[in-house]
Amino acid sequence: MFDPFILRAIAAGVGVAILGGVIGCFVVWRRMAYFGDSLAHSALLGIALGLAAGISTNLGTVIVCSSFAFLLLWLQQKKVLATDTLLGILAHAALSIGMVTISLLDQRIDLHSYLFGDILTVTPSELWWIYIGGAAVLVTLLLNWSSLLLMTIHEDLAKAENVPVFFTHLLLMLLMTVVVAVSIRTVGILLITSMLIIPAATARQLVRSPESMAVTSSLLGVLAVLGGIFGSIKLDTPSGPSIVVAAATLFVGLFLLSSMISKNHK
Amino acid sequence: MDALITAENISVIRQGKHILKDVAVTVGTRDFITIIGPNGAGKSMLLKCLMEFYQPEGGHISRKKNLKIGYVPQRLMPDLTMPITVRRFLHLRKKSDSTSLQKTAQETGIENILNKQLSVLSGGELQRVLLARSLLDNPELLILDEPAQNLDLSGQISFYKLLEKIYHERQISILMVSHDLHMVMASTKQVICLFHHICCSGEPHAVTQDPEFISLFGHDMANMMAIYQHSHNHKHNGEDNV
Repeated sequence: MFDPFILRAIAAGVGVAILGGVIGCFVVWRRMAYFGDSLAHSALLGIALGLAAGISTNLGTVIVCSSFAFLLLWLQQKKVLATDTLLGILAHAALSIGMVTISLLDQRIDLHSYLFGDILTVTPSELWWIYIGGAAVLVTLLLNWSSLLLMTIHEDLAKAENVPVFFTHLLLMLLMTVVVAVSIRTVGILLITSMLIIPAATARQLVRSPESMAVTSSLLGVLAVLGGIFGSIKLDTPSGPSIVVAAATLFVGLFLLSSMISKNHK
Repeated sequence: MDALITAENISVIRQGKHILKDVAVTVGTRDFITIIGPNGAGKSMLLKCLMEFYQPEGGHISRKKNLKIGYVPQRLMPDLTMPITVRRFLHLRKKSDSTSLQKTAQETGIENILNKQLSVLSGGELQRVLLARSLLDNPELLILDEPAQNLDLSGQISFYKLLEKIYHERQISILMVSHDLHMVMASTKQVICLFHHICCSGEPHAVTQDPEFISLFGHDMANMMAIYQHSHNHKHNGEDNV
């Protein structure tokens, strides 16, 4: 019925959407959007190093992004500069070093596909990355779920109830690096944050509990991925941006719908 | 010796400055201690040390074994984006059965808002929810950090009334940072006046007439406290006569 490359694209997209939907809730709750964006920018350095060292670009991304997270935490503790300033410096420095490194490498690579994603060329080994990495992320999230929720609602309250706040925060950052690393092929460095934020923000309007927000957000992400993939095949548009367009359309549609419903209730 | 927490010579130094210097606090059973002091006096830091959030640079803190502490923070995040009901929030990481939850909800007057979203509560409702959560484990000691700071006057009055009721009914100890000494004058057994070091401490009546208190808060404050003290004494005498 479908070509294998389309099936692989769907499998990759669905995996990333589920993962992004859940982790995206924390990005929305904890206002980590700018952090997510910065992680994604620094991922380009990871890709460059992965290519230069001849290892997997996914592995390169995880290494660079987690170093990025550690460096950020360390600088935050030092209280030298405000966090958003630090992020701005680190993210764009990493992005630019990555670009320079790639240009020095004697390899022809399709930069465009890293920046905006190219889900239709996903390989089976990349699928393994998404599903094994994703399962690890989801299991870790589930095991720490209520600690993460309490810490997000009130950090001191969590401390008073013996949640290791620093390590839980670090854990969340590291999980985000994995999600960013495995999502690059789907929507690309520049659009990853939107896959974390848009489905979660859309779900926020419909739900009353953190768990239902995570599930709804994942489902909306899957819808956006499917819409984007088929849209891009039909209209011959780039796949990454098409997925984000689908997600944004869902957001606007449900926003209008829910505001109409609440108006009628009044 | 039945002290819940004993802290001696607590010193906290940040960037070469003493935030706390040689502070000693003892919290005993049935104590009601109110810590007052100007902004930046190190009040919250002292609580952090006592709750072991922060390791002080100097001094020694000992706690009763397995001491159960309930903590009520200043306030929640100003705009919570997480969808969560009050009931779920109370249950989060707490193993309490529904009867004790119901009981605590009744005690704190939140039984009607259990199914509301946390993000839509008023300031007063939110503080009562935080108080209820801190009580779920049946703590021996409640630690509160300016719990009524963001409430309007009537909200403050009803919050402190509730706190005093809980103090008397549950027979627990209370350690609180608060600017609203006048509102808890009746129950407070000990006032600690803190400005990096302990300026003065003792019974409310004695402290408000201490020269150190007056130099820190001014004559107007001391006079105002005297008025509260006065009206309270009258009420108390009246009750005694009956």
